[in-house]
Amino acid sequence: MKIGIVCPYSWDVPGGVQFHIRDLADHLIRLGHEVSVLAPADDDTPLPPFVVSAGRAVPVPYNGSVARLNFGFLSAARVRRWLHDGTFDVIHIHEPTSPSLGLLTCWAAQGPIVATFHTSNPRSRAMIAAYPILQPALEKISARIAVSEYARRTLVEHLGGDAVVIPNGVDVAFFESAEPNPEWQGGTIGFIGRIDEPRKGLPVLMKALPAILAERPGTRLLVAGRGDEEEAVAQLPKEMRSSVEFLGMVSDKDKARLLRSVDVYVAPNTGGESFGIILVEAMSAGAPVLASDLDAFAQVLDLGAAGELFANEDAAALATAAVRLLGDPERREELRKRGSAHVRRFDWSTVGADILAVYETVTDGAASVAADERPGLRSRFGLARN
Amino acid sequence: MTATLIWIFVALLAIGLYLSWTAGRLDRLHTRIDAARAALDAQLLRRASVTQELATAGVLDPAASIVLYEAAHAARQAEEEQREVAESELSAALRAVFEEPAQLEAVREVPGGEEATLELAQAVRRVPMARRFHNDAVRAARALRRHRKVRWFRLAGHAPFPLAFEMDDEPPTALADRPVS
Repeated sequence: MKIGIVCPYSWDVPGGVQFHIRDLADHLIRLGHEVSVLAPADDDTPLPPFVVSAGRAVPVPYNGSVARLNFGFLSAARVRRWLHDGTFDVIHIHEPTSPSLGLLTCWAAQGPIVATFHTSNPRSRAMIAAYPILQPALEKISARIAVSEYARRTLVEHLGGDAVVIPNGVDVAFFESAEPNPEWQGGTIGFIGRIDEPRKGLPVLMKALPAILAERPGTRLLVAGRGDEEEAVAQLPKEMRSSVEFLGMVSDKDKARLLRSVDVYVAPNTGGESFGIILVEAMSAGAPVLASDLDAFAQVLDLGAAGELFANEDAAALATAAVRLLGDPERREELRKRGSAHVRRFDWSTVGADILAVYETVTDGAASVAADERPGLRSRFGLARN
Repeated sequence: MTATLIWIFVALLAIGLYLSWTAGRLDRLHTRIDAARAALDAQLLRRASVTQELATAGVLDPAASIVLYEAAHAARQAEEEQREVAESELSAALRAVFEEPAQLEAVREVPGGEEATLELAQAVRRVPMARRFHNDAVRAARALRRHRKVRWFRLAGHAPFPLAFEMDDEPPTALADRPVS
């Protein structure tokens, strides 16, 4: 099958959607499909062979953080060329409501279009205002995928219609087989995520840390992610700062090793999450997970059966739960076992098969993808004069 | 005077363009429904055929075979008006027979049973998918067709008002070992 995938966010910047697309493309290529990914990227970034650049993205504040998006005539022309050259059987657009390549492709293409909705924002003013513009583009989508039941619910509320739920995929074996690092073992708590983005929840964890250290003095907090380290520990009493280790940006391999090593993985995110891939990765690596009780997280953790939940933004509850977990090896072992069994459904073998089933369902009764050659404005004027 | 005429002409032209664009949109939606309906038909037929194959292969006990055969046969032969009911009954029959994981294990063990269960699992998984996509297309078309501009200018032409396909498509739990969606 010839598959075209559209990534709305810049390929140069690491992010959940980009990783998802990269892994999906890898998986599909391994199965023998032809895949081409259209993504915004700087001209000088090295790209994997299956990625086609749609030009440089412009940084714009969007969805609570600065997103790098593509729009304008030049991008639209590149989209059309990609569609024309690709002769795809199906195209898969990610995040079609973000004002970027996804929306442009929706406008420019016709034929079997699959779209995945990743975010689950509360209904915004901009969304209501943009509805009449979005609708004609969105109604071309033959199949919608939501990454969680929560994302599906918001989608149905905002845009109407329906979607199938297919979670994000994880290469479970990669995390399972990672080698633990002895330096990161022994009374350690792990955190992975942007340090300077408050919705990732590091401030909540920092607030809980003194209480955790008071109960279990030897505990160390390992933080992996970009951001200002000085600022992150500013609230913490000076003598406790040595218990926090910053690892900076880590490679995928080190991320897996870190998750294999820690005693508890904490995800204190305060909102804006629609899935929580990091929780699945932590469970794959066999780390007991303690997460805030966001809808999306509760769902990934099987409503608390595969990992523990604490009240969102409640540092005291986080501290209590963490202390209890750190002092109870049996409970941790139990969570490890349950987590490993639970993540099977997020493995690429399962998720990939589901996504392929969607592709096959929409291509069953339809012609292949083509550029949407609607009569241009000039020919319409020509018609009107006749 | 001429200026007014030109403005009226321009306004009419703009309205005309808008209506022609809306008609194009509607036409595309109808095409999408047709494609989705064809896909749904294909999935339903596939499911009925796999069920019938299983029922006649002699791998199940006679009672279960008869129940499945009856339901699959009725689903394939159903008239358009009875289709939703017949297909729902097939779903119910499949659930009744494959409620026990042990039943599925028994089918898997016979030669060729592995492929048969795989095909059936695929079929019961894809029917709800295809139905969701179809009903999503129907909803989009209905929303547009209810709009004033479409009704007043009869942009939908003679195309029949699209109807959703409503049925019970819950797969047997033993066959759908996936997260509840």
